[in-house]
This record gives sequence, C-alpha cells and structure tokens, in this order.
Amino acid sequence: MDKGTVQQTDQQINKASNSKVIKKLVLVVFAMFGFGFALVPLYDVFCDITGLNGKTNDVAVTYADNGIDSSRTVKVQFITRTAQGIPWKFEPVINEISVHPGEMKFVNFYAKNNAQREIIGQAVPSVSPGLAAGYFQKIECFCFTQQPLMPGEEVEMGLQFYVDLELPSEITTLTLSYTLYDITDKNDA
Amino acid sequence: MNRGNQCWLMGAWLLLTSLFSSSAWAETQLNLTKGVTAVSREVYDLHMLVLYICTAIGIVVFGAMFWSMIFHRKSKGAKAADFHESTKVEILWTAIPIVILIAMAVPATSTLISMEDNDNSEVTIQITGSQWKWHYKYFDQDIEYYSVLSTPREQYENQNGSFAGNGAEKSEDYLLEVDRPLVIPANKKVRFLITSDDVIHSWWVPAFAVKQDANPGFINEAWTNVDLPGIYRGQCAELCGKDHGFMPIVVEVKSAADYDTWINEQNALTAQAADAELASLSASMSKDELMQLGESTYMAHCAACHQPTGLGLPPTFPALKGSAVAVQGSVADHISLVLNGKGMMPPFGKQLSLKEIAAVVTYERNAWGNDTGDLVQSSDVKAAGEE
Amino acid sequence: MTTETINESLDDTHNDDHHDHKMTGIKRWLYTTNHKDIGTLYLWFSFIMLLTGGALAMVIRAELFQPGLQIVEPDFFNQLTTVHGLIMVFGAIMPAFTGFANWMIPMMIGAPDMALPRMNNWSFWILPFAFAILLSSFFMESGAPNFGWTFYAPLSTTYSNGSTAFFVFAVHIMGVSSIMGAINIVVTIMNLRAPGMTYMKMPLFVWTFFITAYLLIAVMPVLAGVVTMLLTDTYFGTSFFDAAGGGDPVMFQHIFWFFGHPEVYIMILPAFGIVSTIIPAFARKKLFGYSSMVYATASIALLSFIVWAHHMFTTGMPLFGELFFMYCTMLIAVPTGVKVFNWVATMWRGSMTFEVPMLFSIAFVILFTIGGFSGLMLAMTPVDFQYHDTYFVVAHFHYVLVTGSLFSIYAGAYYWLPKWTGNMFNESLAKWHFWCSLISVNLLFFPMHFLGLAGMPRRIPDYALQFADFNKWVSIGGFAFGLSQLIFLAVVIKCIKGGEKAPAKPWDGAEGLEWTVPSPAPYHTFSTPPKVD
Repeated sequence: MDKGTVQQTDQQINKASNSKVIKKLVLVVFAMFGFGFALVPLYDVFCDITGLNGKTNDVAVTYADNGIDSSRTVKVQFITRTAQGIPWKFEPVINEISVHPGEMKFVNFYAKNNAQREIIGQAVPSVSPGLAAGYFQKIECFCFTQQPLMPGEEVEMGLQFYVDLELPSEITTLTLSYTLYDITDKNDA
Repeated sequence: MNRGNQCWLMGAWLLLTSLFSSSAWAETQLNLTKGVTAVSREVYDLHMLVLYICTAIGIVVFGAMFWSMIFHRKSKGAKAADFHESTKVEILWTAIPIVILIAMAVPATSTLISMEDNDNSEVTIQITGSQWKWHYKYFDQDIEYYSVLSTPREQYENQNGSFAGNGAEKSEDYLLEVDRPLVIPANKKVRFLITSDDVIHSWWVPAFAVKQDANPGFINEAWTNVDLPGIYRGQCAELCGKDHGFMPIVVEVKSAADYDTWINEQNALTAQAADAELASLSASMSKDELMQLGESTYMAHCAACHQPTGLGLPPTFPALKGSAVAVQGSVADHISLVLNGKGMMPPFGKQLSLKEIAAVVTYERNAWGNDTGDLVQSSDVKAAGEE
Repeated sequence: MTTETINESLDDTHNDDHHDHKMTGIKRWLYTTNHKDIGTLYLWFSFIMLLTGGALAMVIRAELFQPGLQIVEPDFFNQLTTVHGLIMVFGAIMPAFTGFANWMIPMMIGAPDMALPRMNNWSFWILPFAFAILLSSFFMESGAPNFGWTFYAPLSTTYSNGSTAFFVFAVHIMGVSSIMGAINIVVTIMNLRAPGMTYMKMPLFVWTFFITAYLLIAVMPVLAGVVTMLLTDTYFGTSFFDAAGGGDPVMFQHIFWFFGHPEVYIMILPAFGIVSTIIPAFARKKLFGYSSMVYATASIALLSFIVWAHHMFTTGMPLFGELFFMYCTMLIAVPTGVKVFNWVATMWRGSMTFEVPMLFSIAFVILFTIGGFSGLMLAMTPVDFQYHDTYFVVAHFHYVLVTGSLFSIYAGAYYWLPKWTGNMFNESLAKWHFWCSLISVNLLFFPMHFLGLAGMPRRIPDYALQFADFNKWVSIGGFAFGLSQLIFLAVVIKCIKGGEKAPAKPWDGAEGLEWTVPSPAPYHTFSTPPKVD
C-alpha cells in the first residue's frame, strides 16, 4: 500500500513536469514551422545584403548625385530570354554599353506580342556577378510594373540606371539579364 | 556430372564471359580527369592531395584497429586494460586534424578564388537549358542555335528486344553526341552566362572543371580558358525530368584562326537560312516531301515526349493520335501551338524553320491514322505567326 | 540490483490496476501503449520498408545493368529513384532508430515505459498510412513522385506529374509521426530517469537519441513548412519558388537543406550511440572518452545547422558564401574524427571477441570512416564542382547510410535480439549474413566512386559506354546485397521461434540496466525504479 501511494505521487509529479516539457517542445515545433516561412523574407534580406543570386532592387531609387568617377569604366551587358509559353519578341535595343560609375544611362528594350490574345508580361531581372547586384541602381525600369500588350502590339520599354560609385574595383563587367514571363493567368486570380 | 551441375556451370561461365568480354575495359577510367585548363589541373591536384591525406589517415587509423583486433583478442589471452580517459590524448587528436584541415583549406581557397574570377573575358556565350536540350547564343554575334542529342533512338530503346538488348549497334559516343556542338576558341577566356527556360539544369564539362546550375529566371556565370583544341563531352548534372540522361553537352575547341573561320561560316549560314525561309514561302511542297521531312523533324524534336507512336505518355505528355489538336482542331491553332508552346510544351518557333514546322504539322495531322488530309505549307506557318 | 528483486517488483506491477493487461491478437498491436510492443512494431515496419525500398533499388540496378533502356521508361526510372530515397530515409532508417529508442531507452534509464504511451501508439500507427499514400501513387494515373527525394522546385511544382499532393500529404504525416516520437523521447529522458542517473551517467546510446530528438524537433517543422510552400506553389498560385511571381527556385534549396543537413545527422547520430554501446561490450573495456563523445555528438549536431549550403555549391553562390560553408563543413571532420579515434582507443588493449554484433560494429567504423573521407573530399568547394551530382556523391552517402546507419542497426539488432526474444540467434547463419553483406555491399558501392570520378551523373536511366563495366559489377553487388538481407529475416524468425535460451546477460562484457532484467524482457520492467549509484 505504502509503496503504491509513493508511486502515485511520483506519477503526479511526473505528469506535471511532463506537461511542462511538452508545452515547451510543442512551442519549439510551431516556432520552427514559422521559422521555415520566416526564411522567405529573411532570404530576401540576406540576398539584399550579400547579392546572393543577383537580385536587384524592385522599387525605383532616386538618383544620388555624388559625382561621376570617370577614371573607371564598367561594361554593362544586356541579355534577354522569354520563358516558355510567352510568344513575344523581346530583346535589348543595344547589347552593351560602357558607363562610368555614378553616370546615369538610359537604354531601351523592344517587345512585340506575336500572339493572338492580350498577354500581360512581367520581366524579371537578374544581375551577374551577384555581388554587383547591390550596386546596380535602377531609377526607372519596365520591370517594376506589368506590361500588358495587345495582339501584335509592339513597344519600346525604358530602363534608366546608374552604377554605384562604391562598386568593388575588381568588377569590370556587369551583366543584366531579363527573363520575360506570361503572368496573364496569375493576374486574373 | 548431373544436369543441375551442368546448368550451374553454364550459368557461371556465361556470367564470367559477359563480365570480361566487354572491350571497353581498356578505356575504363578510375580517376578524376586532369582536364585541359589551368583550373581543372588545379582541381585535379587538390583532389589528389585530399585523397593522399585521407589514405594516410586511413592507414594509421585502420592500422591501429587491425593491430588491436589481431593482438588484443581474448582468444590470444589478452587481458583488458582499464584506461578509458585521457584529456591529453583528446586534445592531441582534436588539434592534429585541425592542422591538417588548414593545410587543405589554403590551396582550396586560392583555387576557388581563381574559379570565381569571371572578369575580362574575350568571348561571352549565353547558355540556356530547357527540357531536354541546350541553347547557345553568342553575345554580339548573330549566332544562336539549339544543341540536341544525336544518338538515334534505335540505339537506346531496347525494351522490345531481349534482355541482352538487340537494339542497334551503339555508336562510340553513345549518348554523348549532339547535332551541333558548342564551338569556342582555344587560349581565350570564354565566359558562360547560364540560365534555364523551365526547370533547373546544370551545365557540366568535366575537362574544364566547369559545373554551373541553370536556374530559371536567374543567370549564373562561369568561365574557362582551354589550352588544347579538341572535342570535349559532358552531361546535364541536375535532375531535370524524364530525359535528364539524354541532354549531353559537346564542346568543340578550335584554334583562334579556325574559330574565326567558323564564326564567318555561321554568319553566312544564318543569312542563307533567312534566304531559304523566304524562298520556302513561295514554294509549295508535295505531301510526300512534307511527310518525309515531317517524320524526321518529329523524331528529333517531338518524339521524346509524344513518342514515336504518337501515343504520348499521358497524363504529362498527351497523345497526338486522334487528339483534339491534331485531328478535330483547326490547322491555324495547331501551328500556333507548335510555334508558341503551351504550359510544359516549349515553343518551337525559334528552333525550327518555317518549312520544318509546316512539315511536322502536316505529319502530325496525317500519321498514325490521323488521316485529316491537311497539307500545311511554309506560307501558312508564316501567316499564323503574324496573326 | 539482482534479478530476484526485479522479479519481485514485477509481481508488484501486475497487481497495479493502472497498468493495462496484455491483450491478444491484432488488438494487442493496434491498441498497445507498451514501449516494447511499439518498439517491435517500429522495427518490423522499418524492415518491411527496407525490403520495399530495396526492391525498387533492384529494378534500378537491373535497368542500369547494361547500356540502353531495357526494362523501364525514363520517367518511371525517376519515380523509382525518388521513392527509393524517400522510403529508405523516412521509412527504413528513421523508424528503425525510433524502434530502438522505444525498446531500449526506458530499459536503459530504468523507466517503466515511455513518458507519453498513448501518443506513442499514435506516432507509430499513422506511419503506415503515410507510406500507403506514397506507394499508392505508383498506381495512380499521375504516377509516383518523379522529382528526386530532394524535390527541387520547379521540377516538383510547375513541372511535376501531378503526384505532388500525395507526396506532400505523405511527408506531412511522416513529419508529425517523427515529431511526436521525438517529443516522447525528450520527455522520457528528462523526466523518467531512475534516481541517481544524472545526465553524465546516462549510457551514450541515450545521449545520442536525446540529441537526435532535439534535432528532429528543430528541423522536421521546417520540412513541413517547405512542403507546404511547395503545395501552395503547385495548386494555389503562390510564387515562393517561381521567378515569374518574384520567387526564387534557389531559395527552395536553401530551406530544404536547412532541414536536409541536420536530417543527415538524425540518421547517423543514433548509429554512433549503438556502436558506442557494442564496441566496449566486446572489447571488455569501458568506452574511451565518454564525456568527449557526448561533447562531440553535441557539436556535430550544432554544426549541422550552419553547413547546409555545401549541397549547393554549384547554384551560383558568391565567393565568400562558398568559403564560409567550405570551412564549416571541413570543421565537422574534427568531432567526427574524435569519435572514430575514441572507438579505436576503446578497442586498443582490450580483450576482444568477435560475435556478430561486434563484426557489424567494426565494419561500421571502417566503412563509415571511408564515407567520412569522401565527405571531406566533397567539402572542398573547388573539387566539389567536379563531384557534385555524380555517382561519387551516390557512393558517399550510401557508405554513410548503408554501411553506416544500416550496419549499426544490424549490429544493434543482433546485440539485443536475445533480450527481445529470450533466445540466442543462430550464430553461423548470422555470420553468413554479415560476410555476404560485407562483400556485396562493397562490390555495390565502391565502384560507384570510380564511376563518379569518370563523370557519370546521378539519376540517369542510361549511360555512355565507358561506364558499362563498373555498372555491371555494381548491379551484381546490388542483387547480392539485396538477397543477403533475406538471411537476416531468416535469422530473426528462427530466433523468435526458438533456439538456445538466452541468459539475462548473454554478452559477458555488456553493461547497462537492460541486462539486469531477465531475457526475454518482461512486458513491464522497472515499475519500481532501480537505484543507480
């Protein structure tokens, strides 16, 4: 009998401390589930800081007039690609320009909708080397907005940019790529 | 000797002969390739350095283990010692590996830094992976083309044959050959800008020690500078769907002079192709011509998904035999689908000539009992493209 | 504590009405909350999954026996590799370790049962449903998942064959099961240790499971998160991993490997625990450097959170990222080395005998170390550009997981079979199992190193001619290894049916509370906690 009551109290103590530990662990589980999703914005912050994956700014910056470093010349190349299922012609008007850091430049991209339906396009930029992405500043870009084009419509779209004065000196060539996606369906939703 | 024994012997003999009969033993490669660039040789040296270090550590550790297994066994009367702790020893075998690791990290870091230096290239090539082919575009030149596996399907489709495989004799570069290789100059820094149209691929040529993922929507860079002209082969290295094993990479490295000649040739060919497109607009092809060209084009570009039988691999790859698009639908819609693609189907407008598209649409509308009788000409394709 | 007192306390427990009585037939297994029954269920389940995943691997090896497409279509080949990987990771290795945890942890720490017996029942019984869902997709029109067990987006989202929903649902259930199992292990170890058993007196086996359970609790929810994103990307129009909507496919890999790398250690740390139990028993000498083993295990677990991107060197990382992950990864070699050195030092000047559990443990140490060496080679970023996604990687992780984790599971199974069944197993049949496995597993996986170095990519259904010879050998090794595992089944069945009666402690060098109870272990043990000095 004695033994039994001792066990009983032991078990009550156990039950209480069990639920304390379980509560903590379940909290950790939910926190880590949340952390998985928190990694999405964290990843963007991380990319902004480090230039991982060559993501550039997706909102316009204002031109900071800090002078032009004419002692340096940086080659900026433009390449384009249309994703599957978007029958547009999409290419840069010029392939390559030379800029001095701090100097503002304006270039055009040509797009034509070859399909028989209206299509909303979205250009997604990527810069290589990734480290340079943070120094490539877009003042105005067609990639900030969606581009609806009627069947057969053609358009010249502008990009206004400058390369930051702080661009690491070992970078002399910078490539900007645009991939064009058809987001008509996503837009409906 | 009884029958059962004879069967066993026969079986064993067959197995042994089949194992050793292969003529390829001589070419079988055991080690990493040294490659043909400064970087690939550095990579090879690093590989050998780590391999030697690991072997040395292995000899010491396994040596000690086998020593105690042989001499410290109970059957030999070994009595167990009772030591089971020594901070000194623990510190020692923490510190020594750290020193070894540092010795390995130093050369690795310097190789890595040179691998990542993509600046000051003389030639830039945009490489795009798509299911399941590579597209090469020369920056600043009007040259771009797709590069597709050229091993005929008869060589690898053996399912209908016996287990031993009665497929056609395999060619020497089986599964490592393409219709149009990438051409680059020797002794020049060539930069690759790599991206993808659909899923992730990975462009890998072992001889250059270049392996870079092609991510849809993003570009990656890699570079090489090859010493030795020749033909180098590689494969897609990232699982990219059904025909991941069937999208090889072939790079032909030419001397600077040969490369310039090649560039001029290609520019001339591009101009000719444009002329041919114009000419095909006014020409009208017979059904036989269309069906013949259509079949070869279909086998090269469509059969991987829609299958030679036109039955497809539903539900991912729909059948064309008796399908809504190829039989009931209008010719214009059919052409538009081939030109522009839809969903997982890539657009072929950039890849095939007007004549080829006309032929392949004709073929699809008349083969496998789809006898619609429709004939499609280049001018129809042109018209559909402009609508 | 003597056997007599144990028996006395056993009688006590049978009189206590709060302990449920053993039911019979199928109900016993469906409703059981007994840690030993649940452990048995886990172990049988994992063995069935091992044979299932193995059967898929046999088809893969048959297809790769010679060049050309002989048996399966490329798309079905991808389904085979994917489901083989998923089953072996989530169905064979992880449940086997949970089975060991259930059987042995309460007996090793002197607890009457796991702390949360009813949840324990649930965490096992949802598992068969997860795998039924996964395997049933083979018979659906869409086919099984075909995007690799790493399910990289967008191959698994926009470009998948329609199996994504099944896959995600199955993974969710597996995750819930693992998390519940892990919570149970942590609570049991924290609250049910016998009086006097401080943390640093716990057997190393218990320590490794304790740390593993924490890893599971930390990373399985991240897996659940990433598959949920996959699901919404595929079916609900979100763009986590789709560049068109502002997402990034490489981010998928970051999140996946943030789970994936600790997951690798979830599958190897318990193996360390098992081997660290067995080697001292047959060397008749205490484990060398117990506390350094505990710290090494903990530091491997911590390091596993900051090395994930070494799976992604070719995705286009900036230089400093590559350097950071290279250095961190190389650092893991240090605590892992400490473990190997400690095992060797335990054997050194011992008094060794070579029963089957010891044979598997020694094979584990040697072959796992070989897998560790290739891991070190893979850690070197510049060379990884050549090794990545080739058969060299396949060889590496099979050395670590088959001759590592699986061999340790066999070692543990042979070591505790007498305790579980009350009978000694057939030693010579078990030795056949060991030697056949040892020889065939090396024929199976060693040539894969050469194939990878020569340039054969992984996950391809057909290959160039220069890879033909080694593939033939690898396939033969594969079939032999697959068949050898049936010997194990025979040993276990024979052992359950009968055999020489096992004493309470059949191995004379064995230590631990589990050997103080009779063999077979009674249904209820340690209802009164033993006293540990």
